[in-house]
Amino acid sequence: MDLTKDAEAAQSALRTMWTIRRFEEAVDDLFGRGLMHGTMHLSIGQEAVPTGACLALADGDYITSTHRGHGHCIAKGAKLDRMMAELLAKETGYCRGRGGSMHIADVATGNLGANGIVAGGVPIAAGAGLAVRMRRQPHAVLSFFGDGAVNEGAWHEGVNLAAIWDLPVVFVCENNHYGMSMAVNKAFRVERLAERAKAYGIPGVTVDGNDPQAVHDAVAEAVERARAGRGPSLIEAVTYRWKGHSKSDKNLYRSREEIDSWRERDPITLFEAAVLGSGTLAEAELERCRDEARDAVRDAIRTANAAPDAAADELASAVYAGGPS
Amino acid sequence: MTSTVDTVRELTYAEAIREALAQAMEADERVFLFGEDVGIYGGAFGVTGDLVHRFGTERVRDTPISELGIVGAAVGAALAGMRPIVEIQFSDFTAQAMDQIANQAAKIHFMLGGAAEVPMVLRAPGGSGTGAAAQHSQSLEAWFAHVPGLKVVMPATVADAKGLLLAAIDDPNPVVVLEHKLLYKQSGQVPADSGRVPLGEAAIRREGTDLTMVATGVMVSRALEAADQLAADGISATVVDPRTLKPLDSGSIVDAVVATGRALLVQEAPRSGGFMAEVAALIGDSPAFGYLRAPIRRLCGLDVPIPYAPQLERAAVPQVPDIVAEATRLVREW
Repeated sequence: MDLTKDAEAAQSALRTMWTIRRFEEAVDDLFGRGLMHGTMHLSIGQEAVPTGACLALADGDYITSTHRGHGHCIAKGAKLDRMMAELLAKETGYCRGRGGSMHIADVATGNLGANGIVAGGVPIAAGAGLAVRMRRQPHAVLSFFGDGAVNEGAWHEGVNLAAIWDLPVVFVCENNHYGMSMAVNKAFRVERLAERAKAYGIPGVTVDGNDPQAVHDAVAEAVERARAGRGPSLIEAVTYRWKGHSKSDKNLYRSREEIDSWRERDPITLFEAAVLGSGTLAEAELERCRDEARDAVRDAIRTANAAPDAAADELASAVYAGGPS
Repeated sequence: MTSTVDTVRELTYAEAIREALAQAMEADERVFLFGEDVGIYGGAFGVTGDLVHRFGTERVRDTPISELGIVGAAVGAALAGMRPIVEIQFSDFTAQAMDQIANQAAKIHFMLGGAAEVPMVLRAPGGSGTGAAAQHSQSLEAWFAHVPGLKVVMPATVADAKGLLLAAIDDPNPVVVLEHKLLYKQSGQVPADSGRVPLGEAAIRREGTDLTMVATGVMVSRALEAADQLAADGISATVVDPRTLKPLDSGSIVDAVVATGRALLVQEAPRSGGFMAEVAALIGDSPAFGYLRAPIRRLCGLDVPIPYAPQLERAAVPQVPDIVAEATRLVREW
């Protein structure tokens, strides 16, 4: 799929990236104004990764996500109002207010869940791949994680299980350069995190994570390989987190110049320039994508705000499936 | 659960578990086993035995030594429609897998607002008495019982080893089944059918009038042996085996204490923060408090790692004479 030449695909990618951007900005704003509770991990600047990756997936495919997972949910097809309702602690939220930002899942769209534990989703993805294989299903499983996850034991164990059993899993590393404040060049001896694939006997590639086409192409090839029974792949998508890790971040570990240099490589601006330059979309069509994204996020906030607050009365009976214990 | 006499056979605890695994796999193609050396080796304690020959290497799946990966894969497989049963060779090794047990498996159903279920079973042997020392002998039930979202099962008899496991496999939640290594070779009567022992129902193993002993795991048989000796000395003991710690059949425990007015709580695990502290608090919080004729007493493992030397190992956890002595004191002095 050529996202810059196919008008429908280009609009889809652009709408998704703008929706993620506007959703994250709205969350940042609501949070800053004290209208949202808890803590949030925003993915502004990283929109091309989930967008490019999920365009390579089909219905029935699974994803696992991370603490910085709003973009993954949106790209996999989650409903914005139910996401926003969750963040606003509403009964209509995906988790009925019990999970919040770090635990949004949408099992109906194959999203097995964000995860508050770094690399927590990696062995879970291997297991979902095992289930797909044992059930003779045609699906693939895509596991998103950050650079920090690649040094966790769970990552190594999960990738190894997928590798030895040729499971249909695509491991997508969003290398946004920092695990909270720990710089990738201090946390790894390898030049490219994709080099870790060699240790497990699987293909590993590094792509420009600010280019949805590059992400899409690498993921599409890996998904095809997975569906064909040829096992997992590792894709490192190099990108950058514009905002702090979370609300406590004072950006003491990086410079203003560094952040600005990455803002100049805004994945959305670059993609818009590419589709305009190729004549695939006109300015008016870009404008429509932006407007649709803005309106969808506004609607989501309105709908969520009107919903009832999450209720505590069923809490004790919500712990176990199949009724209280 | 009803069984005709001719369908009841003598099996070992390990064979009873294997029979449950086989019946569950025959009944439901989503059920599969995986873990370290569960295939051709037959399991570190021989529990899975020949199952790989009956069900094949896909459903009786050997894994690398990778406890965190194994349990995580079980969580993922359960979310994606399977009913995995994981064997962890020694319950001590669950420490390697604790994130996936406590942060993932236990919490997913709740965190997701009920939108997903994690129907998986984690079997692991616990307990001392084999000379395996401090990293292969622990009784860790309190760790698991302290995590909302896990169910915790401790089969103390051969029949329960089968019946509780079948119920655990049916359950839509993650269930930790803590088997006891000293019981694997013990024989007992087991019904051939696929009768379940419901989770959350205690068993009254013996009824008496002078005191109630609540015991778990291998301490159930020690408490029963102690009760025989106590009877010879004119002391009549009730023995309650909770069978599942989560959910806990608090009603049966309270009723039994009400009936005797004395409670002796026996566990192999170290005293501090142990599950019997929870049982003691339960009794103290309940109407049984008003019936107590004596303080609630706990007989527990020492607050030490399990040592290697046999005489040290024995000294670290309650033995039958310890139970007899403690029960006698409790009845004679109060």
